[in-house]
Amino acid sequence: MITMDLMAIDLAYGLEKLLLIGGIITVSLIVAMYTTYAERKVAAWMQDRRGPNRAGPFGLLQPVADGLKLFFKEEIIPLTSNKTLFVLGPALAMVTAMLTSAVIPWGSSINIFGRDVSLQIADVNIGILYVFGVVSMGVYGIMIGGWSSNNKFSLIAAVRGASQIISYELAMGLSLIALLMMTGSLSLKTIVQQQMEGGWNIIYQPLGFLIFLICVFAECNRTPFDLPEAENELNFGYHQEYSSMKLGLYLFSEYVNMFISSAVVSTLFFGGYDIPFVDEAALSLSLGANTVALLGFGALFAKILFFLFLFIWVRWTIPRFRYDQLMDLGWKKLIPLALANMLITALVILWLNK
Amino acid sequence: MASLTNRAKVLEQKPMSFMERLYLPAIFKGMAITFAHMFKKKATINYPEEKRPFSPVFRGLHVLNRDEEGRENCTACGLCAVACPAEAITMEGAERKTSEEHLYREEKYAAKYEINMLRCIFCGLCEEACPKDAIYMSETFAPSNFTRKGFIYSKDELLIPNPVTDKEKFEIAKGLREAQLKNK
Repeated sequence: MITMDLMAIDLAYGLEKLLLIGGIITVSLIVAMYTTYAERKVAAWMQDRRGPNRAGPFGLLQPVADGLKLFFKEEIIPLTSNKTLFVLGPALAMVTAMLTSAVIPWGSSINIFGRDVSLQIADVNIGILYVFGVVSMGVYGIMIGGWSSNNKFSLIAAVRGASQIISYELAMGLSLIALLMMTGSLSLKTIVQQQMEGGWNIIYQPLGFLIFLICVFAECNRTPFDLPEAENELNFGYHQEYSSMKLGLYLFSEYVNMFISSAVVSTLFFGGYDIPFVDEAALSLSLGANTVALLGFGALFAKILFFLFLFIWVRWTIPRFRYDQLMDLGWKKLIPLALANMLITALVILWLNK
Repeated sequence: MASLTNRAKVLEQKPMSFMERLYLPAIFKGMAITFAHMFKKKATINYPEEKRPFSPVFRGLHVLNRDEEGRENCTACGLCAVACPAEAITMEGAERKTSEEHLYREEKYAAKYEINMLRCIFCGLCEEACPKDAIYMSETFAPSNFTRKGFIYSKDELLIPNPVTDKEKFEIAKGLREAQLKNK
């Protein structure tokens, strides 16, 4: 497979991938930008307020204003901090947040000038493992940021955040094993194609989905698991010493993470770019393959937007966990549940194959 | 121990049932509540564009009144200053000259009339004390200012526009006043 790719590399191929990478980065940044806006708007609506409505029509320029404000703020690097790592922290958080998007199939392929262009940057055959690897790297952004600040509170918060992410990664991985036993493939594209034929994975793995979703909330440091940044009871988090756009990058990477996680959840459990109740093959005969591919991208996007809304919705409904409750849920509830789910799935697969 | 009011409720502390310990039903219930709130009436008023109507008894900035011929009502009797609990009003009286009969209604008038809006507590006692209907409180409030001096309002700021020489502005001010009275 890899040798095939190497042989196929030519100028057009490189250009096509470059354009795709640029496009996906732009889209995820813009979506993340407007998620901050949506967060404030939805929060306001849920509290019977109006939300930002001064900057531009309906306050649509608010994220731009927020970003400009962060850029123009004074940048303070603490005297006793490790300056290299202090700068590296937010950069790493942002980079790892963006990296995951490479293996997500954003749509089936479209045909431009006789070339089939796949709407996926890299169809790696270990797609999910890659996602897990990159997500684990995200811990370094938090750890380095908290440690290099040379501030006790930042360090404690960073340790807190890191142990939370590592704990929930276990349950996340275990819940996915059940799914992978069903699909038999680690490639995200194959998983999507299987769902197009055999129905969405949520139908077969409702418990696995629930565990995975809870873990995703914990991985993204979102309420009810946003202890790393509990400003009112735990004195803010690992980014306590950060100011200006470096703080902005940390906060922004959280939103990029949300976007990518929503994409991963939609891909794994909700059919990815599958348009529900529609036979894509039949539709592409009447509408053309390109239109159907774009419609599929739209379907994926709608699913992602729903999950983004869910993130926000949960944040403004549920209070925060206490730290021991958080660990209790992760280790004593989710991991045994995920193991049980895995065993049951394995038994059912064996029984059906008999 | 016997309770004093017989209204005391015994706290029930049963262990939670399985469904309760799952927390998910409670979470969904909470999420339904927040979702329903998205479509409810917003409590916020878009301030500069929309304004909340004042209560008919609202006591705002003071206005010094004139009669129909544009003569000032105030006779500098000092009753408002005496009535003022915050001692915000100061004035100096002067005698009207024969050439000034079109300016002041009675023989004595206020040469200087100042209200310190930082001291004023907007209680309305000045309005009640005035025997000449010379001072009343409008439905606007004092705008912000950068200096303390800016809050000491003199006659220039307090007087209602002259109905003879500055009819237009007087009509506006009076219109506002009448709309206020109508509300009352």
